[in-house]
Parts: sequence; structure tokens; C-alpha cells
Amino acid sequence: MTNRWSGLLLASPLALILALFLIVPIGTIVVVSFFDYDSVRMFPAFVWTNYEELFLSPITWKTYFQTLQFAAITWAICLIVGFTVAYFLAFHIASPLMQTALFLVCTIPFWTSNVIRMISWIPFLGRNGLLNQALMGMGAINEPLEFLLFSNFAVILAYVHLYALFMVVPIFNSMVRIDRALIEAARDAGATEWQVLRNVVIPLARPGIMIGSILVVAVVMGDFVTVRLMSGGQSASVGLMMVNAMSLLQYPAAAANAVVLLIVVLLMIAAMLRIVDIRKEL
Amino acid sequence: MVETTKKGIARRKLLAAAAGGAIGSGAVTGFPTIWAQNIRNVVLRQFGTGVSNQNAIAEKCKEDLGITLQMTALDSDAVVQRSVTQPNSYDIADIEYWMVKKVFPANVLQPMDTSKIRLFDKIVPIFTTGKLTPTSTIAQGTAPSTVGFVEGPTSTRFASSPTQWFTMIPTIYNADTLGIRPDLVGRPIKNWKDIMDPAFRGKTAILNIPSIGIMDAAMICESAGVIRYGDKGNMTRAEIDKTIDYLIAAKRAGQFRAFWKTFDESVNLMASGEVVIQSMWSPAVTAVRSRGIACTYQPLEEGYRAWGGGLALAKHLRGIQLDAAYEYINWYLSGWVGAYLNRQGYYSAVLETAREHMTADEWGFWMEGKPAQGDIKNPQGQVMERAGAVRDGGSFYDRMGAVACWNAVMDEDRYMVQKWNQFIAS
Repeated sequence: MTNRWSGLLLASPLALILALFLIVPIGTIVVVSFFDYDSVRMFPAFVWTNYEELFLSPITWKTYFQTLQFAAITWAICLIVGFTVAYFLAFHIASPLMQTALFLVCTIPFWTSNVIRMISWIPFLGRNGLLNQALMGMGAINEPLEFLLFSNFAVILAYVHLYALFMVVPIFNSMVRIDRALIEAARDAGATEWQVLRNVVIPLARPGIMIGSILVVAVVMGDFVTVRLMSGGQSASVGLMMVNAMSLLQYPAAAANAVVLLIVVLLMIAAMLRIVDIRKEL
Repeated sequence: MVETTKKGIARRKLLAAAAGGAIGSGAVTGFPTIWAQNIRNVVLRQFGTGVSNQNAIAEKCKEDLGITLQMTALDSDAVVQRSVTQPNSYDIADIEYWMVKKVFPANVLQPMDTSKIRLFDKIVPIFTTGKLTPTSTIAQGTAPSTVGFVEGPTSTRFASSPTQWFTMIPTIYNADTLGIRPDLVGRPIKNWKDIMDPAFRGKTAILNIPSIGIMDAAMICESAGVIRYGDKGNMTRAEIDKTIDYLIAAKRAGQFRAFWKTFDESVNLMASGEVVIQSMWSPAVTAVRSRGIACTYQPLEEGYRAWGGGLALAKHLRGIQLDAAYEYINWYLSGWVGAYLNRQGYYSAVLETAREHMTADEWGFWMEGKPAQGDIKNPQGQVMERAGAVRDGGSFYDRMGAVACWNAVMDEDRYMVQKWNQFIAS
């Protein structure tokens, strides 16, 4: 009995914090999403207009599609980059000291703020930016490449730059825990490098891949700053839609959108967790 | 009144005591000299957009009146939000006229008694009768005179003609147009529609603040002959549809390089040569020029899109704090601030007093459109323009007399924002 009580007691601080700072705010958002509003205030009510306006508007569908597209492309590139870096760190660097050192090198970009890392792309990629000037100086191009900045390309570039590490860390973590004997056994049994990778490393690194994927997808789905700055305001994301609504005091409309986004992201994560049971494999 | 002159009492206590004392003394009718000692200890919390929230003004105010101003600068969206949702977090709201149309009806502000404003009669008539000169017509949009007065001391309804109850004391205002890079456009720019010239494909920008962006868009559409508005500041749904469709078509054709939201973004777009013609604010043009890059605030045939801001009193102000606020406002109009703002290229509410604080050359350059005789310096003492320079657009009357519309908030703004989102998402 004492055991059970102490267990509950130990869990209660976290439960309390979650209830106060997660459940209550989300509950408030859900409630507000049914409120009515005018250009200044909102009124307690129970109306479906916020959801109706959201679902009946083609912009919503387009924006969700665009955001999902950003998430999918970013996820794919982050996965390739993250997996490769983690694989190199885990299997090609022998000394643990060197591993730690190189791992720290990966985190260097995170020593400056998110926004600064993003903005620093602008003078680099611009029409008269460093990259265009260098390419033109080398004679590789005659006209500056305009697609480099203020485009979807720039948005995805910034996302990958910002979030690839979220993929590296959990995958690396999974990989270092793989029993090296398994890989040797596979080689002894005549497996090629590719077969070892496919049949031993990837399956065992799956929990790391899944955790990294969840982090990247969740962050990209909710983002608005990167899209605004890197697309020069020319692309939309779901987050940006909410910001626009809030800036005109249309909180109920933003709340309805937030609820829908929350459901979409939860469904995506649920789907990912169905593919890999993280708790079983950790 | 003894208690209010004691030193070192907590501010809250002091105010409470003062409020109590004020009623007995009859000083609410406002003779500042009675309060001169007490006012020195008052703290007023003022918040607004960065343009007029300037520390130099707070410092000078402390020096002249003893009143401590705590300034908070926010972007315009946040200003509207805060003024409506947290009315007790400020004493003085420094907001724009289009915001007043939204904020005042929320019953968070109190109107000012014009009889307590010494220079009320000297305020530029744009803000009172609406007519800059007796023959001018009132421009479209949320013209300051249309939201300048309410019907009574506790009313939130705007009056159609001047009353004794003034909503805001104008601080700064200006006439906005397009900024261009004269070295890169390669031809004279005369009309708002020139921003849609295919020659500038991928080299233009407009601002992505829906309530202001739509106005620039309206100026462009009307100039291009796409549409003739009943009132650009209060469009019908059909007018909004047509405007946004035109913008979307231009966006698809690759006309725009970017949509900016903050001052620095607009400066960087222009200075880096990413764009050669765009929506711009006057200080941004100055900022580009101060980097040694040619930039013109181009007057256009269709006229300007004007904006203006002012100081409004929070509903909760009373007693000594209210008197201090009136004193601050009277000081604001008395000349030093006006000259300070005029030197930055803005316009101030009472021109006569500002003139007394400016040199003849400064007045000639900023207000009369005359060539500068010597170096024109900004309030920090940096040289802004050399001798011989002429202000873009000319004199005060040339510029403010050619206002086509004021920044506005529309009755259909809910619909407008949806459509604006569609434009950005397309």
C-alpha cells in the first residue's frame, strides 16, 4: 500500500503542472473556438461559425496542404542528413572522446538564437548576396538566381538548417546502443554492408528515427516565423494564418484553427507511433 | 494636501491620497500651477508604436515637468490588442486614428475636455474640422476628424462634428507613398500603378499588414483603372474581392519579391537592391539614404495615403494622475516636442509653437519645401541632408493637401482578412 501511495505522490507534481499549464490552456482554447466576435471583442457563445468559415474556405485547405508539404520535404531531408551524420558518428568514429567532440560540433549552430540563424541566410542568398556574387564571379551564371531567397526553397533550407539536429541526436542515441556483436555476426554470416544497414542497423535505430521524425514534424507544422521571414511573406503556413487572425483580434477564429491543427498533428503522431512502438523498443 | 508632498511614499498610496484630496480642493477643473509640486512625483505609463514613443521625449518631459514617463514600444497589432484587453496596464495610449475606431467603442479610454487644452485652437484643422484649408475636402478612410470627438464625457459614440470631448491629441502624422531606388528604376515614376509595371517583375514589395496593405493595394488598383472605390477606407465585399483578385494575379505573375511586415525588413529590401519600388514609410527612406544609397519618397499623381497617431487617456485615470496627463499633453503641444518630431520628417499637431523651436532653415526645409541653406541635421545631430536638398513631395501643404485616403479599419474587416490570407497563401 505504501508503495502505491508513494507512487501517486511522486507522480502528482508532474500531473499538477500538466493540468495547470497544458490541460487548462488547451481547454480554454477549445472553449474560445466556439465564441463569437466582432472587430474589438469576443462574446461567450456557442457557435460553429468559426469552424464553418475555416472548413468552407479553400484557403484553409490550401494552407494545410502547403504546411504538410513543408513538413514532408523537411522531414525527408532531415532524415537523410540526420541518419548519415549519426551513422558516421556512431560507426566510423572509433574513440568515444572523438565522438563526443564531433557531436558537440554538431550543436554549435544552436549556440545562437533561432531567429539569428535564420536571418543570416538573407544576406547570403539574396539577389546581390554572397552566393550569387560568388557564382557570377566564377562565371557559373550570368543572372542572379532569384529562387534562392524569398521562396519555398529558402523556407525548406532554413528548416533543415534549424531542425536537422533534432534528427541527429535521437538516431545517434539509438545507434550507439546497438550491440556491435550483432553487426559482426551479420558480417560473419556473409552479409554485405548494405544488408547490414538494411537488416540490422535501420531496424534497431527505428525508435530514434521515430522520435526525431516526431520532433521535426511537430515543430514544422506549428511554425510561422521561418515561413514569414524566409518566404518574404509570400508563402503561408497554418501558424501564419493564426497570427494574421490574432493580429486583428479575431481570437476565436485563431482558436478554432489551433484546435484543428492540434488534432491533425496528434493524428500524424498517432500514425507514426503505430508504425513503431517506441515504448517496447526503447 | 499635505500628504501628497511627503517624500518617499509609495506611488500607489500617494495617488490614492491625492485622488481623495483632489475632490475637496476643486482642482479637477485643472489649474496646473496648483499641482506643480505634486505632479513632479507622478509616473505615467505610456505605450504605443515605436514612432512617437521616443526616450528623448520622456527625458525632456522629466526635465521640464518632473513627470516620469514609462514608455513601452510595441508593434501596431500588439498595440490594439493591449489597449483593448489590458486597459489597466497603461495610463496613456499612443495609438493611431484607425485604431481609435476600434479601441474607443470598447470603453477603455476617456475623452479629453478641450477646455483644458490650452492650444486646442491652434491644432492643425485636419484633426478638428477635417479640412486642412477651408476649401479642402475630407479624404477617404478613417480621417482623424471622423473619430476625433465623442458626444459626451462618458460617451463612446463618435460625434459627426466637433464637441468639447476630444478622443486624442495628435502626436505625429505623415503622408505615405512609394519609395523608389532612382538609380535602379530607370524611368520616371509618376503613379501608384507603376509598381505593377512588368519591367519591375520580381523587384517590388508591398507591406503585409492587412489593414494598411489593403489601402496601398487600393491606391494601386484605382490608379491602374481596375476599380473605382466608393470609399477605399471602407470597401464593399465586391470591392475587396476585386482588389485581392488583382493582387493574386500579380503575385502569380511574379511581380512581388516580398511582403514586409516590419520597418527594418523594408529598409533591408531596399538597401540590398532586392526591390526597386515598394510601399515604404518615411523614416525607412531616410535610413536607406543614410547608408549612402539613393532612395526617393516619390510623390505620385493620385496622392498620398496618410496616417496619424495621438495620445489618448485611459479610462481609469483620475485625480492627480489625470491632471498630470493634461499637463503632459499641454507640454507636448507647446513646441519642443513638435520641433523634435518635425526634424525627423514627421508632422506635429501645433505648427506655430514647433516653429519657434526650429531654425528658419529647418522650417524652410521640412515644412515649406525650400532648398536647405546649410546641412540639415536630425535630432541626434547627424547630418541628414546637405545644402541644396529639397524634401521629396515639397511643403506641408503640398503633401498633407494631397492626401487621398487615411489608414482605416473597415466594416468588412473580418472578410478582408480572410481574403488577405488567401492572397498570401495563393
